[in-house]
Amino acid sequence: MEADKPLSLISGVGGKHGFSEEHADLIRQHFQTVCYSDLLINPHLYAPKIQAVFIWKSNPVIQRCLLQSLPSLKVIATEGVGFDRLDLRYIANMGVKVTNARGVASDATADLAMALLLASARRIVQGHQTAAGGPEPTAAGPHRLACDVTGSTLGIIGMGDVGYKVARRSTGFEMNVLYHNRTQRSSEDEEAVGAGYCGNMDDLLRNSDYVVLAVNLSPGATALIGRRELSLMKPSAILVNVSSGLVVDLDALVQALQSGTIHSAALDVTHPDPLPRSHPLRSLPNVIATPHLGFNTASTVRRMVQRMVHDALAVLADPGRPGSSPVQV
Amino acid sequence: MEKPCVLARKFGNQEAVYSCLSSLVEEHFTVIDLETIASQPEFNQKIQAILVWGCCSFLNRSLLQVLPNLKVVVSGGAGVNHLDIPLINSFGVKVCNTPNAVGNATADLAMGLMLASARNIIQGDSFSRCHEEGQDIDESHFGRDVSSKTLGIVGMGNIGYKVAKRALAFDMKIFYHNRRRRPVEEERMVGAEYCPVLEDLLAVSDYVVLLVNLSKASTHLIGRKQLSAMKSTATLINVSRGMVVDQEALVEALQNKTIQAAALDVTYPEPLPRDHPLLSLPNVIVLPHMGTHTLETSCHMIKQMMANVLAALAGETPPDEVIV
Repeated sequence: MEADKPLSLISGVGGKHGFSEEHADLIRQHFQTVCYSDLLINPHLYAPKIQAVFIWKSNPVIQRCLLQSLPSLKVIATEGVGFDRLDLRYIANMGVKVTNARGVASDATADLAMALLLASARRIVQGHQTAAGGPEPTAAGPHRLACDVTGSTLGIIGMGDVGYKVARRSTGFEMNVLYHNRTQRSSEDEEAVGAGYCGNMDDLLRNSDYVVLAVNLSPGATALIGRRELSLMKPSAILVNVSSGLVVDLDALVQALQSGTIHSAALDVTHPDPLPRSHPLRSLPNVIATPHLGFNTASTVRRMVQRMVHDALAVLADPGRPGSSPVQV
Repeated sequence: MEKPCVLARKFGNQEAVYSCLSSLVEEHFTVIDLETIASQPEFNQKIQAILVWGCCSFLNRSLLQVLPNLKVVVSGGAGVNHLDIPLINSFGVKVCNTPNAVGNATADLAMGLMLASARNIIQGDSFSRCHEEGQDIDESHFGRDVSSKTLGIVGMGNIGYKVAKRALAFDMKIFYHNRRRRPVEEERMVGAEYCPVLEDLLAVSDYVVLLVNLSKASTHLIGRKQLSAMKSTATLINVSRGMVVDQEALVEALQNKTIQAAALDVTYPEPLPRDHPLLSLPNVIVLPHMGTHTLETSCHMIKQMMANVLAALAGETPPDEVIV
């Protein structure tokens, strides 16, 4: 019965932060939904009954006054991106669980990292432009030739789910894998993907042909890669970023790319996002930039929504037990 | 002592060895270019080898007739469909290629094309460079998953097997079609299942990669019938030779959404004319045949070419002689 379904809050359907109709329908199989704008118009009707919030692309924004107005709230389900913006301690103190669909996005994000690495190394974007009638790169020489991937050295910074899956995918290419992480992985984990730990990130930067950034954003990770770190990298090296735009000092990166300090960059994320029209990164020839595609494939997004629903239902069924992918404070 | 003379296109030209790698050749040989022998035929009898890099429209009967001391023709790469081997052999001249130098680079590019197509890298990059404030990505920018999807490999030779190895690390389900089935142990190592009937492989694959040699049998191997057997959500990736695909049928299949996308390193002709429909279809990537164009691989190819020439000139069996 429709009325038996618990009420959930979403930012909306359609538009920049909303769920698509298809995904809203997935939620409505198990929940009634109210959009944020309707809640604002009619708070007395909806607020007391909301038991779950589904956050999509960081919306709706969870502020303390909103939390205080939802006495029945038991769970906030996120897609993993942007839960770092939540005041986790405050939410936990209110007895509300947070879930982050852990693992769902990591395959698609690791695939994107490999796609960016290969596209950059093998000059796929330039090649397509040449074939379609664009200008041939001027001056024959070594820089016209692409970079080999097989047998090269891959340095992964951030060896969580995504970083580890990138390491796994690189094994097929016989890449030598180095990684840097706050904590070292178990030797079984390392052996399974042939990864060697670099306690000192500088060592990784010096030795890598490809550097992939897959860190979670935290205060320590902001501007992790700046002028100094870029100068340690090989002039033939390629930087790939699928974590957060804030992890890289963009001005330093632009300078490094213009001066040949590093060879190329392939970025799914920048800060700000989007970049202003006139930003030099937009016109650099040795950059590939994708518009924050992340895990966005049709089937992964669908699975993501299904997981969020599943996790929220699990918490409602047993509020005393953590959901399937709870965030521990 | 004077170095032996080889004939090749002038370094840096199209279909010539890159200028930056010329020293690898000039270490062993004196290079005579086509323009020189055209204007100075006294060089003809010095030529003991011909180096072919890409196409070789110059290599015909009338040329072979005026090179009395020619011992070997060495072509960089794996394909030899551009060489009239029986004709060349009829002059007592060996033909060699470099099949083992190109495997990794070609397999890497096959994966790169699959991922670039699947995740809409090119459209994404265009969008990032040109979009206005407030213009966001929508579902049309969403790509397709690669991990855990089904890959069909058509042609499971050296390079096909390398692609399987790479795909396995993405947890792909792998089917392959080949004239001969591989030993079970080899199949197990890459998790590949044999499909004796090509259409069966085409019916189940999300991504189809073509890695056959071009021959009479494989010309237009993928035509109208085969394209209709594919899933409407499937992507065709070709890194073998353009003629393996019936290109007109492919254009039709893409226009009618019989298949979803294509990513091609090879076409016919190469390059395609600027107004060719393949170059303006939204879900198509076309590259200018760059399967082996990496610095390291190009070096390996040239060194392998040199090894073959040196062996042939010494009267030994070259490591990569092509016997038809």
